This record gives sequence, structure tokens and C-alpha cells, in this order.
Amino acid sequence: MTGAAPMVVANNLGRRYGDRWAVSGVNVRLAPGRSLLLAGHNGAGKTTLLRLLAGLLRPSCGEVLRAGPVGMVGHRGGHWLDLSARETLRFDARLLGRPLDLVGAEALLVRFGLGDRGNGPVGDFSAGMRKRLALARLVLQDPAIVLLDEPYGELDADGSALVDVVVKDLLVRGKSLVMSTHLFDRAAHLLHHGLVLDHGRMAWVGPAAEVPAALGQVKAA
Amino acid sequence: MTVLSQTLAVAAKDARIEWRGRARTAAILGFAGTVLLLFSFAAAADTKTLTTHAAGYFWLALLLGSVLSLADAFRIETEDDALDGLLLLPVDPRAIFLGKALARTGALTVLALMLMPIAAVLYNVGVDGSWLQLAAFIVLGVAGLAAPGTLYSAMTSQVRGREVLLPLLLFPLVVPVVLAVVKGSGLALAGDPMGQASSWLGVLAVFDLVYWSVCPLVFSAVVER
Repeated sequence: MTGAAPMVVANNLGRRYGDRWAVSGVNVRLAPGRSLLLAGHNGAGKTTLLRLLAGLLRPSCGEVLRAGPVGMVGHRGGHWLDLSARETLRFDARLLGRPLDLVGAEALLVRFGLGDRGNGPVGDFSAGMRKRLALARLVLQDPAIVLLDEPYGELDADGSALVDVVVKDLLVRGKSLVMSTHLFDRAAHLLHHGLVLDHGRMAWVGPAAEVPAALGQVKAA
Repeated sequence: MTVLSQTLAVAAKDARIEWRGRARTAAILGFAGTVLLLFSFAAAADTKTLTTHAAGYFWLALLLGSVLSLADAFRIETEDDALDGLLLLPVDPRAIFLGKALARTGALTVLALMLMPIAAVLYNVGVDGSWLQLAAFIVLGVAGLAAPGTLYSAMTSQVRGREVLLPLLLFPLVVPVVLAVVKGSGLALAGDPMGQASSWLGVLAVFDLVYWSVCPLVFSAVVER
């Protein structure tokens, strides 16, 4: 999308399920510290594109090049439901090679509003609490490329504000970020570029602030 | 982090989850115990047949119970898409597989140890041979089920009809393991005057070596969608 030495590049990316192309002919180029707002109607291919960028789906055509580790917050929490939030964070930290002591885990949980629920099984969490834990795990992972799929979903006002803070912080620290959301007005203030998908194809590319208007045009067409 | 330490971290995580879900483990034990009981009904009052074939009945009950336990290996990863996050962490896919297969070996060993006294009472059988050989057959036999079982659990975790597919794929593959372990543990129970048990142990060890070497290598291709 802009700048040199991109962190993530997608060239003519496509993914087919049977005869149907969920994503087709998508090109993305994102430099460090830059962000992309991914918009489109339900079934436009946003989640598929994010999973392709993450490497969780194999492209049917094209390629994705990544210059660093990827972290993703998906639709679902992505947690082990029988572990506690504290155990989840400590497990992630151990695999990241950055062991997290109890104090460090506690601080992270408090920051994301889970300080009093750190020992309970994640399976007992509400959807919003699971989303908060997913954000805490993302911050712990500290990836170079961040992919957020409907990060505001299931969150209350405080939780949504927390997403804004995390996004701003990640961008200041030079991360490349792609966010899919239906809250365009909120995200447009945070992000740089916009991409509207329609039936899996790139329907519009421009500044993030113009995404709401562009989406209306795509719908009208 | 080395592959070994990553393997141990994944195994510890799965063991912790297994412990938290011990009510389900108890249900699997109940199921396998019921299978043992049904075999004793099938043989009616023929205690000689029961005693002679005790090892076979025991391993068939364990095999049927193991399918339920093996399915859990990736159910815990897919019920909230935890596997996606795990694959994005800097973890060697071989370590994910080995850790999960190791935890499953532990869970199946515990299941086998809990089934043993039930089988001993139902089939009126004791260890007249070697306890050490019996222990070796249980560990190697369970490991021979756990490695291909974990791989097939990963393969079927996202498809419809996985409850049927897992045993359908697994059972033909583990026939050599079941054959070796039934023959070998039968000898360990009844006594082994001809020294045949060691050859069955060798057969089992070779199968385990093949499964535990090949399955981790193909695992990443299995979880890539």
C-alpha cells in the first residue's frame, strides 16, 4: 500500500473453495507502522483474506510474503477453554522464549480488565472477556504483523477503547496492521489505508477515512 | 527454544487440560470397562476362554476407549480455534505433534492401568510371567496407538463425521501394533518359557519407531488448510 521495505506483501492472492473464489486477485503491500482497514459486506472475503495473510490458509493462487512473525485476533477467542487466563499467558510466554512470572501475567491481566478472573477456566468467560484475553495474548506476543478480525465484536465501551489504545500503540511501535471491522467510523480515525472487498475482489482502495462512502458506492453498484 | 523444550511445554499444557477434564476420562474408563464386561458375557461361563484370551479382550477394550481419548487431542484445539494461535507462535510443528502425542500416551497409559484390575477380576487372570515385560508391552503398545491416533485426530478434527472417520482410518493402521501387543502381553501374563516375548517387543519397538518418526514430519502438511 505504501512505503519501502514492506512487512507484508500479497501478490495476486486468491483462495477457492470448490468452484467459488472466496478471494481473488488481491494485492496488498504494507510498510512498518502502516495499517489497512479491510471493509466489505458479509461474505465479501475479509476473514479469508486475513487468514491467507496470516498463513493459516494455503492460497489457491498468488503468494504472501511476510518479513516477521504474525499475530492474529480472530472471530473466536482462540483459547484452550480448560486453562485459566493466567496459564494461557504463561504457556504462550514459554513458547515465545520469554518466560512470564506471576507478577508479569497479573499486570497484563489487570491491564485488560481480567485481573479478578485470572485463575478461572477461560471456558467460563463471556465472549467479551475472551476477546480481552486474545488482545492480552497479542500484546504479549508482540508480533511484527498484526491481523485483527472484528476486534470490537462482543466488547463493551471500555473494551472497545482498549482496542483503540492497543492499535495506536502497535502502530507507534512500527507494527504493520490489518483490521477487518464493520465499525468503519471508529477504525477510520486510527488506520491509514482502506480496502473494500466485494465478492472476494478488490472493489476500492484509498484512504481509510473514505471507506464508509466507498462501501456505500460498492453496495449501490 | 529447542524442539524438546517446546514438546515438553505442549505436553504439559495438554496434560493439564486432560486433568481438568478428568470427568470425561472417567467416562472413557466407564466405556472401556463396559466393553470388558460385555466380552465376559459373550464368553458366557467359559472361564477358560476368558482367561486364555484376556490379553486380546483387554487390548480391544483399550483400543475402543482410545478412540474417544485420541479424538480429544484436537477437539481441545479446535473448539475455540486455539490451534490457529498455536500455529502462529514460533513453535516447530513437530513439537506440537510430539507434545500432543506424548500427552496422549500418558493419558492412554493411565487408562490402561485403570483397566487392568477390572480385567484381572472379570477374567480371573494374574501375572504368571513377567511384570516388567507386561509394563513394556503396555507402554510400547499405547505409544503405538498414540502417534498415528494423534495424527489422524488432527486430520479429522475439522471434517464432518470425524467420530466415524477416526476409527475407520486408525484401526487398519494399528493392526500390527494390536497383533504384537496381544501376543506379547499374553506371554507376559501366562509365562514365556520359549522366550518369544522379546521378539514381539522388537516388532512393537520397530512400529513405534516408524510411527513416531514419520508422523511428526507429515503433521505440518495435515494442519495446513
